[in-house]
Amino acid sequence: MSHETLAPPAMRTLFGIGLLALTLSVAPSALLAETDPAAVLRIGSLYEPQNLDNTAGAGQGINEAFNDNVYEALFRLTDAGTVEPVLAASHEVSEDGLTHTFTLKDGVTFHSGDPLTAADVKYSIERVVAEASKSSRKRSLANIAGIETPDDKTVVVTLTSKSISLPYNLSYVWVVNDAAGDITAKEDGTGPYRLEDWARGTALSLTTFDGYWGEKPANGGAVFSYFSEAAALNNALLTDAVDIITSVQSPDALSMFADTSAFTIAEGKSTTKQLLAWNDRVAPFDNVKVRKALARAVDDKKLLEAIWGDRGTLIGSFVPPTDPWYVDLTGVDPYDPESAKALLAEAGLADGFTFTLDTPNYDPHPITAEFVKAELAKIGVTVNINIITPNEWYEKIYQKHDFQATLQEHVNHRDIVFYGNPDFYWGYNNPEVTKLIEEAEASDTEAQQTEKLTEANRIIAEDAASNWFFLYPQIVVSTVKVTGYPVNGLNAQFFLRGIQKAS
Amino acid sequence: MLRYLLRRTLVLALSLVVAGLVLFVLLRLLPGDPAAALLSVGADEAQIAAAREQVGSDLPIGQQLLRFLGDLARFDLGKSFVSGSPVLPEIAKRLAVTVPLTLAAFLLALALAVPLGILAAVKANRWTGAALSGLSQLGLAVPVFWIGILLVWIVAVEWRLLPASGFPAKGWADPAAATRGLVLPVVTIALVMGASLLRYVRSATLDVLGADYLRNARAMGSSFSQALLRHGLRNGAAPVISILGIELASTLLGAVVVERVFALPGLGSMLLLGIQQRDYPSVQGVLLVSTLLVLLIGFLADILQRLIDPRLRGADEGEAA
Repeated sequence: MSHETLAPPAMRTLFGIGLLALTLSVAPSALLAETDPAAVLRIGSLYEPQNLDNTAGAGQGINEAFNDNVYEALFRLTDAGTVEPVLAASHEVSEDGLTHTFTLKDGVTFHSGDPLTAADVKYSIERVVAEASKSSRKRSLANIAGIETPDDKTVVVTLTSKSISLPYNLSYVWVVNDAAGDITAKEDGTGPYRLEDWARGTALSLTTFDGYWGEKPANGGAVFSYFSEAAALNNALLTDAVDIITSVQSPDALSMFADTSAFTIAEGKSTTKQLLAWNDRVAPFDNVKVRKALARAVDDKKLLEAIWGDRGTLIGSFVPPTDPWYVDLTGVDPYDPESAKALLAEAGLADGFTFTLDTPNYDPHPITAEFVKAELAKIGVTVNINIITPNEWYEKIYQKHDFQATLQEHVNHRDIVFYGNPDFYWGYNNPEVTKLIEEAEASDTEAQQTEKLTEANRIIAEDAASNWFFLYPQIVVSTVKVTGYPVNGLNAQFFLRGIQKAS
Repeated sequence: MLRYLLRRTLVLALSLVVAGLVLFVLLRLLPGDPAAALLSVGADEAQIAAAREQVGSDLPIGQQLLRFLGDLARFDLGKSFVSGSPVLPEIAKRLAVTVPLTLAAFLLALALAVPLGILAAVKANRWTGAALSGLSQLGLAVPVFWIGILLVWIVAVEWRLLPASGFPAKGWADPAAATRGLVLPVVTIALVMGASLLRYVRSATLDVLGADYLRNARAMGSSFSQALLRHGLRNGAAPVISILGIELASTLLGAVVVERVFALPGLGSMLLLGIQQRDYPSVQGVLLVSTLLVLLIGFLADILQRLIDPRLRGADEGEAA
């Protein structure tokens, strides 16, 4: 038995990145102002939850409002991308790696007043993997063979295969009171905030929970106001109707908030990658040389500037900087049209070729498609742009694999595993990568997992498995009165407890 | 008149049933199974079957129709697939935004259009008339969302007089905030609606100005404005009222654009969201309620027209006899 006792959650490191980014940009006068611990934060968002249950298709808005605010989990995915314990006091893994034993923290109560027990945790995990569950995390927990509760403080999870990612996957599992029943319109979690009111279509308000087991939040609660138009949301911040906007979707809006004595623009690292996926099964994209040539023919930097101005990040592979196995691979196939032409000639395509690029009909894909078309024309490759709807994309490309090349944005965190699945829509099939990704999941330590996935990351970049363009920026804008908010928005989370508002 | 009222009520009831049936058929003609809205990507056969049972799309169409009519008779519009909450209370909450918005905008539009429309007709050959015509033309040409954005920019962002958008979470429990939230959307709709109404009022007044009874009234000693107010207004009103009914009805759901610009939780935005999410009970509910409202407005407009214009009443009696 290997044994590790976990340290209490360190709130300071949790918000470390956010604070760092803010101290760089916040005007000094705002830092001197007194903060008001009872202040209610007014948050503007575009993502209204459809209901309050994250296994009932509530959408990303519910993660934003509830993750770690209203519901806690055994573990937390921090804004920096690391995993740390929350309700788990200890976590032991058996020799064969198939039995995970979690001991629960003492003195935790739900908002209803019930104490947290092992049965609640078992209930909560079963809720996510249940047949009716619509959780996107269902598949990642599919290797759970059984959950036992030998006593009130102990949860034993047995697996069918080793899984180093179990704590990470459990960070997506809300711990819900097993007596709560239907939680589509109410809640019963253990978090520092409880639901005060939900006016569908308008706002959702949270207030602090007096019986919270941990440190008291730095504010008195929050009201999330929901907007369907980005322009209306921006106006709300401009007219002091909200204190903070959780995610700005258009760079054009940022000029409104250029006054640094009034507003703070914080740019974090998102996990949303725009890429051009080749169908690696079909010629000529089954040829590494062709893929590398095409990767070198597109000036990613110019494309990013055209779409996001000076925001966003260039990436050389599928892995964003918040994944532990990130390494800077932008130097692998840098922009170089001359060597692109040479590679094409080596592949026997000196005269170029023609292919169809299936392009989703929403921004920024059509602009990207035009840009790629112009760039590839310079090395003699002709692109036919075929605009399709998201439904067509899902059926034609994701299900039937009937395509040559397509544009897509992939939003998930830690999703390099897609390259280990030869049946995935892009059909990348490198047995070495598949093996590395399988072995990584069966690792004994995180260091081992990171090593294997870093290696896999390098190989997919060398293989130019797809053409990764850039990472979207994650932009949070606030008045200078509020500080201490998360900036990366991983898994759409928006941690409230550290946010301070000047009085 | 009583006979007409009875007949018209019967027509109203029949129209409602027919509208309900059309809606039922149209929603089922749409491609795709409504059960799909309940499922996540990659659901298996058992899940699909369970979802179909829940939605009722596994039943034969006749049985589905019976169930639909039965639910309607009990005023049960079902539960949203997406939120799981009953549809009718949600619609009621949204009507509390949409109805005041529409009515206030309508009244303001009338208050603008009637005097200005009459003025435009009376001064048709002067520069005032031409200017008013031009302005109304402009009002028709400019998209409603653009007026909304412009108003927000000037009144809310630059002058800080009114909120840029939103409706208080507590709704009408906070009447001052609710009213303030509706001012800009009301003005936005009223400007566009007023522009088109102005043109109808103008042309109706122009017809009246050439009429014999107006000349007679003046010959019998009425001043021009007396004659116009006493005889012209009433005569000119009848054709305008049917237009008013149509305008009011189309604004009920047409307010969706304005609702979006001002982030208002109205009926139109509920319909739009329901369509995007394939939430059939919500879509069906909103369409049924709005159909009911539109038919009611038409009904009231017809009655009003007959109250104002005895010639129409006479025509009805003659027809009935």
